[in-house]
Amino acid sequence: MSNEEINNEMKELLKQAVSPVRDAELRRDLWPQMLRKLDEQPLPAATVPWFDWVLASLAGAALLFFPGIIPALFYHL
Amino acid sequence: MELLERFATGDLEAFEVLFRQHQREVYAWIVRIVRDTGIAEDLTVETFWRIYKHRARFKPDGNFRSWARRIGTNAALDHLRHTRQEIPLPENLPSTPTSDGAVSRETRDSINKAFHELPAKYRLVAMLALVEEENYGDIAQAAGIPESLVKVRVFRAVRMLRKKLSFLHAEVNTK
Repeated sequence: MSNEEINNEMKELLKQAVSPVRDAELRRDLWPQMLRKLDEQPLPAATVPWFDWVLASLAGAALLFFPGIIPALFYHL
Repeated sequence: MELLERFATGDLEAFEVLFRQHQREVYAWIVRIVRDTGIAEDLTVETFWRIYKHRARFKPDGNFRSWARRIGTNAALDHLRHTRQEIPLPENLPSTPTSDGAVSRETRDSINKAFHELPAKYRLVAMLALVEEENYGDIAQAAGIPESLVKVRVFRAVRMLRKKLSFLHAEVNTK
């Protein structure tokens, strides 16, 4: 049996148990619900992700312990 | 300033316009995945909340519709991952191949159970590709994966279902 035949067979079986959604029409405007959610869950203030702090710390430590890389850094900028 | 540019800068009025333009389409896509109108409404609102939250990532020259659908698909997938709801059997089911009503119901229940035991990412593509008959390109775009991966996931979902339903398969074939 080919893959397509197997797919079609399974499709038929599935459709006997789970019929496709015939009516997917939205019955009401969800904007009021959206406004409530925005009020209840205010967007988080812009924060610097933790991994950015880790990277900045590593870069700072590298510059502190290996100051010889500073000219090389400027050269590549 | 264009609507999408205003939205990207956090203009709530521009967001409201976009919300009203796209809420029906996002809802219609999500309800096909989760198959519950109440949950689909909540996930539509959740989708737009995520859209507004990540508005700075949106490029105003991009396609808002595709972006919204992708975020909606992710929200629906998160829901599938965290819940194991049963799909209520619709009343207008197509007729089953057997004439015995009890066996038919049993068969449908077995298929439903097997389907709900699939991992969420396989259930998502199987639902859209096999039940809703959406084309693979649209599913790939919505799920943010290559079309070839959609085909692989459908293939694997079918293989898993066949394995789970092997006893049923034999039963149907003998009828």
